[in-house]
Amino acid sequence: MSFKELEKISTQVRRDILRMVHAVNSGHPGGSLGCTDLIVALYFKVLRRQKTFQMDGHNEDVFFLSNGHISPLWYSVLARSGYFEISELATFRKLKTRLQGHPSTDKGLPGVRVASGSLGQGLSVAIGKAMAKKYNNDNHLVYCLTGDGELQEGQVWEAAMFAAAKNIDNIVAVVDYNRQQIDGPVDEVLSLGNLKAKWEAFGWKTLEMEGNNMQEVVETLELVKSQHIQKGKPVVILMKTEMGYGVDYMMGTHEWHGKAPNDELLEKALAQLDETIGDY
Amino acid sequence: MKKIEILFKKDTRSGFGEGLLEAGRQNPQIVALCADLTGSLKMDAFKNEFPDRFIQTGIAEANMIGIAAGLSIGGKIPFAGTFANFATARVYDQIRQSVAYSDKNVKICASHAGITLGEDGATHQILEDIGLMKMLPHMTVINTCDFYQTKAATIAVAKHKGPVYLRFGRPAVPNFTQENQKFEIGKGIVVNEGTDVSIFATGHLVWKSIEAAYMLADKGISAEIINIHTIKPLDNNLVISSVKKTKCAVVAEEHNIYGGLGESIAGLLAGNFPTPIEFIGVKDEFGQSGKPDELMTLYGLDAHNIANAAEVVMKRK
Repeated sequence: MSFKELEKISTQVRRDILRMVHAVNSGHPGGSLGCTDLIVALYFKVLRRQKTFQMDGHNEDVFFLSNGHISPLWYSVLARSGYFEISELATFRKLKTRLQGHPSTDKGLPGVRVASGSLGQGLSVAIGKAMAKKYNNDNHLVYCLTGDGELQEGQVWEAAMFAAAKNIDNIVAVVDYNRQQIDGPVDEVLSLGNLKAKWEAFGWKTLEMEGNNMQEVVETLELVKSQHIQKGKPVVILMKTEMGYGVDYMMGTHEWHGKAPNDELLEKALAQLDETIGDY
Repeated sequence: MKKIEILFKKDTRSGFGEGLLEAGRQNPQIVALCADLTGSLKMDAFKNEFPDRFIQTGIAEANMIGIAAGLSIGGKIPFAGTFANFATARVYDQIRQSVAYSDKNVKICASHAGITLGEDGATHQILEDIGLMKMLPHMTVINTCDFYQTKAATIAVAKHKGPVYLRFGRPAVPNFTQENQKFEIGKGIVVNEGTDVSIFATGHLVWKSIEAAYMLADKGISAEIINIHTIKPLDNNLVISSVKKTKCAVVAEEHNIYGGLGESIAGLLAGNFPTPIEFIGVKDEFGQSGKPDELMTLYGLDAHNIANAAEVVMKRK
């Protein structure tokens, strides 16, 4: 699939995100819009996936979303890559939906393997899954996305220390480095300091990429696959993104972390994003 | 009352260690994790026989629980072991989200539970863990009474699909159950049939209740002793049928009276067959340093108190 085609899907997914959160006047559009290019690149290009969803994820690449609040993005991509009908996106956050506010396995949504939302837990789970792949002689990879504010959770660093010490080299962690969190800029809330140096000091192969440039995202993920995995070290990509990417008034602020646009602002946002492959 | 023989004295955690080894031999999917307490948990035998299936996580319990959840997604059956306090209170949200809510086949194995941990004192003596664990949907909660039962329970939970909290302890205690016993999760065991009072006990308090029953027998009181090794799901039918016969109950556990087995039984009976109950447990306090037996006496978790409670509750019928 070409970068142009991937970008078209990203644009549609961004429309989905905005329409989903608008419909229930809740949810987290900011981080969802920022990470859209990564998740689209993973599911439509990078991940080697089985056709149908199986919880155990044998003989396929597996993705974990640790920052579960960007669920509308994940749900849109899961639907559009064939795990369930896109019409189900209309049930997001509504009573008895499989598309819970934060991802869960409880209602059996295909694509989700563990609940996330309470932050800091996903990387540990991903490491466990990566170890299971090693036990099972399965050469596929495990990917895990975390937020940057999420790195304030201590468990993330327990996991980071463990993966390097135990040479878990079939895992690729991606940090959504948008430098924003609910209460404001990460640097003001609790600075992460020199994040690259921290990951390197913890023993991870550390790369950086622009997360809102589809070509760079795909090329970096392919480079990791061909050069850096199964080399004795876990891999982390610090992915610079813009919270709210694609909607002018949502960018450059933390204001849209967990707030839905009203009718007027939804129209304004959708006017900036073409309906490329059809709304749900 | 029939004579119940003590075969030997041994710690329940050793039963866990032997059970884990046996389960590991039976099923290659079983892996074990420990957060720097391998010797205390008696996991050495498993580690030595299956070094590739043993994962040392270091002193990082939250990460251990997450890794266990991830391993289960790959078809593994992880047994994660540490002291009961660090296996529950310290990692409650990790268990809640990544294990219970996600319904993962993770076995949380908790040693040194309760005050019989002894001299280390209250920081390590959790008395709230049964409550914490039983409140989680999907979670099975087991507290075994002696060495053989702990071994049997460990082998049984390996075959059970779903999250389990398996609680056991540190000190050597009388072993009175049989080797190679059948362990049925969710089924209570009638240790002694009686007609005057039902004594429901779990963990180390089962033997204390048997001792109490001897004292009561000397006074002509017939106590029914029921070993409730599975606190959740509770053996509702057995509890109700017993009190329908005896019309009163004592519940004995090495746990805070809040959140423990007593509360579960009280709730069950209040809704089905209202019955006077006396509660033997720690009365909403933290523990303290001391020898296990000294502490059990200090907090009233002994045969005398159980026997007294039985006489008191019989007068409330």
